[in-house]
Amino acid sequence: MSLEYQNIFTRVQVRGPHYPGVSIGAENENRIGTPVDNYWMGKIGDAQIGPFYLGSLGLASIVCGFIAFEIIGLNMWASVNWDPVQFVKQLFWLALEPPPPQYGLSIPPLNDGGWWLIAGFFLTLSIMLWWLRTYRRAKALGMGQHLTWAFAGAIWLYLVLGFIRPLLMGSWSEAVPFGIFPHLDWTAAFSLRYGNLFYNPFHMLSIVFLYGSTLLFAMHGATILAVTRYGGDREIDQITDRGTASERAALFWRWTMGFNASMESIHRWAWWFAVLTVITGGIGILLTGTVVDNWYLWAVKHGVAPGYPLLEATPLVDPLTTGGQ
Amino acid sequence: MKNSMRLLGAGALLVTLGLAGCEKPPVEVVQRGYRGTGMEQVINPGTFKESVAANQAPDAIPAVPASGPKAKDVYQNVQVLGDLSAGEFNRLMAAITEWVSPEEGCTYCHGMEGFAADDKYTKKVARVMIAMTQRANEEWGEKHTAPTGVTCYTCHRGQPVPEYVWTEDPGPKMAAALAKHPTGQNIATPAVGYTSLPYDPFTPYLEGDADIRMAGDTALPTGNRKSIKQTEWTYSLMMHFSQSLGVNCTYCHNSRAFANWEQSPPTRLKAWHGIRMVREMNNDYIGDTVDYLPDTRKGPMGDPLKLACNTCHQGAYKPLYGAPMLKDYPNLATQSAGSKQLISASASTESMATGATGGGE
Repeated sequence: MSLEYQNIFTRVQVRGPHYPGVSIGAENENRIGTPVDNYWMGKIGDAQIGPFYLGSLGLASIVCGFIAFEIIGLNMWASVNWDPVQFVKQLFWLALEPPPPQYGLSIPPLNDGGWWLIAGFFLTLSIMLWWLRTYRRAKALGMGQHLTWAFAGAIWLYLVLGFIRPLLMGSWSEAVPFGIFPHLDWTAAFSLRYGNLFYNPFHMLSIVFLYGSTLLFAMHGATILAVTRYGGDREIDQITDRGTASERAALFWRWTMGFNASMESIHRWAWWFAVLTVITGGIGILLTGTVVDNWYLWAVKHGVAPGYPLLEATPLVDPLTTGGQ
Repeated sequence: MKNSMRLLGAGALLVTLGLAGCEKPPVEVVQRGYRGTGMEQVINPGTFKESVAANQAPDAIPAVPASGPKAKDVYQNVQVLGDLSAGEFNRLMAAITEWVSPEEGCTYCHGMEGFAADDKYTKKVARVMIAMTQRANEEWGEKHTAPTGVTCYTCHRGQPVPEYVWTEDPGPKMAAALAKHPTGQNIATPAVGYTSLPYDPFTPYLEGDADIRMAGDTALPTGNRKSIKQTEWTYSLMMHFSQSLGVNCTYCHNSRAFANWEQSPPTRLKAWHGIRMVREMNNDYIGDTVDYLPDTRKGPMGDPLKLACNTCHQGAYKPLYGAPMLKDYPNLATQSAGSKQLISASASTESMATGATGGGE
């Protein structure tokens, strides 16, 4: 019996008549697509796919996103001289790079970073339009704007990396390239250039909230699944009307660690941890190069970085300071 | 049921493909610094065994007396090795044949016009290479090559052209309209460990002397405008080091503060001199051979085949895992007067434009 709660897939698929949602008056026609059922989607969520609400913001966002996607993809393809085989083989290595440093914040030629600016513009536009869309859709459904503001947190980090920090540094070249491995190598190079990002306290906070998010997610998911047999999946009702599922879940945590979240507060914990990951991360990036140039030296200066016994009886000396060339 | 089996199969295939580029575990970790600081070398016993087997020094030819008539008195046109005894001279020639052209034999360098003639380009190159080897042992010994030392075999390993050489990489052909490809990166290349980092770290650093240091030396900004792109160039050079020596970053650096010398192992100083040694070899020895090299010994940009770290190291942290070959060939350990004349007068002062490494401030 207990095994059924340890399956990674949903055990229950409720199938009713297809339901497009409540009427939204004049905007009803924005809901496109005839609903279909999918067994495998039912395993991880609702089996009903569609209808999809497109609307003008959704359409504009998708068009802008497509333009950015095309510019990036075509530039990548051009960099292997339109060879389709090489395009597939090298896809993870290819990139659209921001302009080289000599251009500063000026507009570079198209094939020397100009396309990067245009792709970035359309990608940003697409994201902002999608953000407005989450606001509008939540409003139409009479929801709070928790999702919209959480998304805004992620956009903050994105804008710091690709726009705000490059502006403050006076150079587009400081921004991230579009590409799978290239953006990862960029990240490592960023940390090397600025003396080890792990000594950046806001980076530390961001990691705390990121890992904390995964921990909270696992704790909460496990708790609710564990009391589902007592009706624990009706979490929101149980904020005010606790019942035995809530009592058991609360007791479990109080007995194991002395404190328990409530059915309401656990969702606030999760929301804030997720949102603070990107807010603190964005602050950390923004301070790098603008306010702090070498995080390791900064950490030494402020007593954050510990000292260790030296490797050698006579430590190495920079050869440039002893007459080397 | 059938469906879930298929799903499992697809999952297993994905995992297999995803891990295809990884080394076979387990790996061994050797602690080389204070506990908890991550100063460790990661060694894969399997690949290490293969590398050791592939990096064995050949048996030395029995030594001969240094006395007797000198080579310059017995033979003609002996510019670099003239002060050797004729016996030593012939022993070294035999060794060079074994090291460099075992299949081609003497005639790889010596042509129809007799042993004394310089009719073949290979002979002229060999003379420069002997001078270069002697300088590597005498001038760079304390700094980089001692006590292992360098012989012809260190690089050649029985081949006329060492396996690991480089020429300026013009990069793949690109469609000019969209991608001018000024970046010199984002193509899978073994030279930089299949990262997306710049694929030719050799030209700016091992021929030119572009700035390698990127991190600032003050906590707060005080005018260091090195770019992240420049840092990627430095990073690519470091990937080349790592690949060439079969080591990870902490062989030379304390990864918590890459720039800090005080916390670095002494190997970093060896490497620092190594960069300068290779730069000198490429500019002042190999660079001068370009006038008489045939096109088959040049790259697409017309530059000669040059040295990098892996030319000698070939995956070992010490070439041939430290086998001290040089002690059996003391004639290669010091520069002769003739050898000193072969270093280029131009010296390694030419510097690369920083633009080549994404600079431009």
